[in-house]
Amino acid sequence: MRGSTVRKILVGLAVLGLLAAGCASENPVLSSGSPPVGETAADCAKGVTTYVSPGALIVGTDNPAYPPYFQGGAAKGSQWKLNDPATGKGFESAVAYAVAGAMGFSADEVRWAVAPFNQTYAPGAKSWDFAIEQISYSAKRARAVDFSDSYYDVNQALVAVKGSPITNAASLADLKGYTLAAPLGTTSYDYIVDVIKPTKEPGAFSSLSDTVAAINAHQVDGIVVDLPTALFIADPFVQEVKNSVVVGQFPTVGTPEHFGMTFVKGNPLVGCVNQALAELKSEGTLQAITTKWLSEKTNVGAVPVFSTS
Amino acid sequence: MGAGGGGAPELYELPPGEPDPGRGPGILSGLRQEGARGVLIAVVSTFVVAAAIAFAVSRSPNWPAVKEAFFNGEEFRSSFPDIAAKFIRNVEYFVVAEVFILAFALLLAVMRSLSGPVFFPIRALSILYTDLFRGIPTILVVYLLGFGVPSLSLTGVPSSATFWAVVALILSYSAYVAEVYRAGIESVHPSQAAAARSLGLSRWKTFRFVVIPQAVRRVVPPLLNDFVGLQKDTALVAFVVVVPEAFKEAQIIQNADFNFTPLLAAALLFLLVTIPMTRLVDWLVSRQRRRRQVATAL
Repeated sequence: MRGSTVRKILVGLAVLGLLAAGCASENPVLSSGSPPVGETAADCAKGVTTYVSPGALIVGTDNPAYPPYFQGGAAKGSQWKLNDPATGKGFESAVAYAVAGAMGFSADEVRWAVAPFNQTYAPGAKSWDFAIEQISYSAKRARAVDFSDSYYDVNQALVAVKGSPITNAASLADLKGYTLAAPLGTTSYDYIVDVIKPTKEPGAFSSLSDTVAAINAHQVDGIVVDLPTALFIADPFVQEVKNSVVVGQFPTVGTPEHFGMTFVKGNPLVGCVNQALAELKSEGTLQAITTKWLSEKTNVGAVPVFSTS
Repeated sequence: MGAGGGGAPELYELPPGEPDPGRGPGILSGLRQEGARGVLIAVVSTFVVAAAIAFAVSRSPNWPAVKEAFFNGEEFRSSFPDIAAKFIRNVEYFVVAEVFILAFALLLAVMRSLSGPVFFPIRALSILYTDLFRGIPTILVVYLLGFGVPSLSLTGVPSSATFWAVVALILSYSAYVAEVYRAGIESVHPSQAAAARSLGLSRWKTFRFVVIPQAVRRVVPPLLNDFVGLQKDTALVAFVVVVPEAFKEAQIIQNADFNFTPLLAAALLFLLVTIPMTRLVDWLVSRQRRRRQVATAL
């Protein structure tokens, strides 16, 4: 019996060796490519050689593409649900075409690819040059992907059913006793955990639609999403959450949160996109796009802000 | 426990040195006969294969990025305790569901085994149920019940998604387990029932005291196999439930940090439960085979 035990241990060690060998390898520091210096975004973009498909700019976003970030619908038989990003309508679609234009691409040269959120930061080659899908910047995330500068400074907001007790909340402290939820992988969830710190364990659902289903099925008292999304799902004509209202928007705590386009680590294109964004900001174009697709369509400014006390 | 097998009477202990007919081709089976030389060869061979795999993998151009994204030690250490704390929920879902599955599935199997034209509707109901729930992906049942039933706001019906998600697991797995039971019931030789009837036992008593005990004993290994499946599928509950379990917790950290290592931590926790269960199944199967072979020889 003892001999057999010793053998088992030896074999166990051999298997462990196999596993260890699988993990043991040097970890070279990833070089983050320094963006080439050019006169304008267009010059910069001309010098880039890493395009997925030279002569075209391929932009990735998730499917379905939700309003108000994407609008204009989708043709029957299209691979896009809800909205086809190639219409140029909706905030992120408009930003992508403006950035592409500043980099010297015509609208025809911009193509769209489906980029599921998880896939945007998985290692490996991508079928798109950059992704634009409401991805918030964080330092930890920036270790896996390169982020562009901000194209939108975002606030979080609370959606609840009209007349429910939570709709009387005016401060963060008022929200502590409620069951809250947010879509998985969003900074909305982080805001619940890090800032609101509710006494009841909050939920994270696999998608925006599952989060909406959870409040419709009375599993949670309120859901936290970014403000434009909140205004969309509680819109009187949309009412994805039945009989719902945007209770309030959350104050910024710490550094303001912003959306950035994401790139494969080391892609030099990020420098050109940043330059394009800077040009669009100084011209006032980005502000005009924001006003047109977010403020006018959704009344971003009219929602009360929760007090921090 | 020794190789002879637990509390079983050691009537059929084999002569020492004899190859054990009951032992299947287990991982250690070759070594048992080869001795120390065999072990040495196994160890060297394992290291050579490991080195070859490590070399091939680490040569791949994107390996550093993959290593950073999937095998990040720092990420593993920071996420593991949080995920392990939530794993308790998986165990809870599993235990509660399993108890009901074992009972409900047996009922379904018995319903299907009733003979005679008068019981046709009951048999048909059982067959319809099994066909239906074996055919629908479990995740769909979890979604339909977990979000659907609470939305109805029926009075007197539980409104918790957790309740309905566990019910979904019970409904789905009972269909599989009922088929396992049925196979067991059908494997009991008709002469057993005939003998019991000739001793004066009623139909029901024959079923209850002669057929079912033999049937259940025979299907313990495949039942445990379904246990292993159920343990993994407890992760499906989290799709409709507010509070996260191990897999959902891993996904939360994964998406917050843009790193896949937490999923590895969750996988490890599942393995810690399922591997011992699988080994137990193997051991039971080999014990059963050994007993049957000896019984046949007698």
